[in-house]
Amino acid sequence: MSHAVVQLSYLVATVLFIFALHWMNAPVTARKGVFAGVAAMAIAILVTWAQPEIVHHGWIVVAIVAGVAVGIPLSLVPLTAVPQRTALSHAFGGLAAGLVGTAKYYLWFSEGPEHLTTFRMVAIIIEIILGYLTFTGSLMAAGKLQEVKWIPQRPVTYPLQNFTNVGMLALAAVVGVALTLNPTATWAPMLFPLVIVLALVFGVLLIIPIGGADMPTVIAILNAYAGLAAVAMGFVLDNKLLITAGALDGASGLILAIIMCKAMNRSFVNVLFGAFGQTQPAKAGGEEKTYKSETVEGGAQVLEQANLVVIVPGYGMAVAQAQHKVRELYDQLRKRGVTVKFAIHPVAGRMPGHMNVLLAEADIPYTDLVEMDEINPEMPQCDVALVVGANDVVNPAARNDKSSPIFGMPIIDADKARTVFAIKRSKNPGFAGIDNELYFAERTWMLFGDAKNVVGELVKQLSGSTH
Amino acid sequence: MTESIDYWSLLYVFVLAAFIGLGVIRRVSRLLHTPLMSITNAISGIAVIGSIIVTGGDYPSGIRIMGAIALFASMTNIVSGFLITDRMLKMFKTDRTPKPDNKS
Repeated sequence: MSHAVVQLSYLVATVLFIFALHWMNAPVTARKGVFAGVAAMAIAILVTWAQPEIVHHGWIVVAIVAGVAVGIPLSLVPLTAVPQRTALSHAFGGLAAGLVGTAKYYLWFSEGPEHLTTFRMVAIIIEIILGYLTFTGSLMAAGKLQEVKWIPQRPVTYPLQNFTNVGMLALAAVVGVALTLNPTATWAPMLFPLVIVLALVFGVLLIIPIGGADMPTVIAILNAYAGLAAVAMGFVLDNKLLITAGALDGASGLILAIIMCKAMNRSFVNVLFGAFGQTQPAKAGGEEKTYKSETVEGGAQVLEQANLVVIVPGYGMAVAQAQHKVRELYDQLRKRGVTVKFAIHPVAGRMPGHMNVLLAEADIPYTDLVEMDEINPEMPQCDVALVVGANDVVNPAARNDKSSPIFGMPIIDADKARTVFAIKRSKNPGFAGIDNELYFAERTWMLFGDAKNVVGELVKQLSGSTH
Repeated sequence: MTESIDYWSLLYVFVLAAFIGLGVIRRVSRLLHTPLMSITNAISGIAVIGSIIVTGGDYPSGIRIMGAIALFASMTNIVSGFLITDRMLKMFKTDRTPKPDNKS
């Protein structure tokens, strides 16, 4: 296949990738985007495979078959597990970049050091540092999300943590510079693995101090790293398709990370090095605050009388698998002429957009899923705000309490509703370990219990009263 | 194989592609941020190109094994990324059943 055909095919693939992402701007066109993406990828694979320098095919077939065999079950995970699947996917992306960079380095070193130009060395070092740190960092993130036993869920901190982490990355960079300046030195192939090890360890240490509430941001940042690692691979291999596709991926991760950070009023640096949630243990036994609790019967009556009910879902809803019961509640209320909307906070859940997918799976029309900025002006007219498994995203301390670690974070103004019902499993504080003022507010009534059971009971009450 | 690579054009491509990416992604519906992330997972499987070159070239086995593992990892991303994206997108529906009309 001639050079021109190959380059033209890669160009077509690039355009298709751009369209794939462009069509994601609305749910009606989004599936077309997937089709464009598949077509682009198929072109990329076939054209690359057909090149004359590809002379061994056996291992390619085996690896592709194995990838398909593992990929299909990974695409069938429950939607509550999508965050860890995504993290795992970033890990694979990082690993692929790291391995290709490593292979190319040793190949060029053995073929003759003249191949190891400064440009290539810089690209290789960036590729392997980003690739391997994304690999272990994403595995850690996936482990935390999957709640694997031997990975601590709570942020782990120790003295001089940030110093150690940054020092380790700096050391990897210094070794990288040394290798770039002396690519032909006899010690170079021995020192190269040190960069790999440092990047691998750095990835683990980077994620250890990060708690569950920060996962949406961290996943987005790792997404950007995986994309940038692919870009670096493009520089190493002199391949523009790798550069463009990697840049699209990196841009996506970056934008999502920025949105997540804004939604928490925090900076990247603060998320990565802040060790949120660890520093301030819940002050048990301070002032006496009391919850008012409500029965499901009473709750159902109030819901029934309402004109506008806003449901605020959070990660707790996913944990309790309550989304289908929530859908039944939505149906029951709608049947009575109650307008029901869902208020979606950008960081609700464990990854960007998590709540939307869970509610869409439960068959709730996406037209009733409303973003925070759009729903907040409506909250004073809202008769009942029903908080299902959300915590920090409705905590008024973010507005009022300067000493609160979440102060300044934009929240859904559930407290402005005429009545607030909050479903909560226990009286313990949420993931971030912060007490929620909303639960003690005058207009708030608690419905204690598992979210799925409580919503189920509400549905039973409502459907019972129709007969 | 001492061909000279036009580094500058590679950098131009990168910068321009990054800006196109920022422009396109910024307009993606917030509803679809999870599917967006899974489709970009699949797109990051583009590392498959480098993996095929390393796996299929006439190189020592050690090198090609690294390539094969990378190819496996990339292929997993491609397959699971596109399939799960489509699976999620199928779930996003508007209301088909006419609702009792009461805009408050």
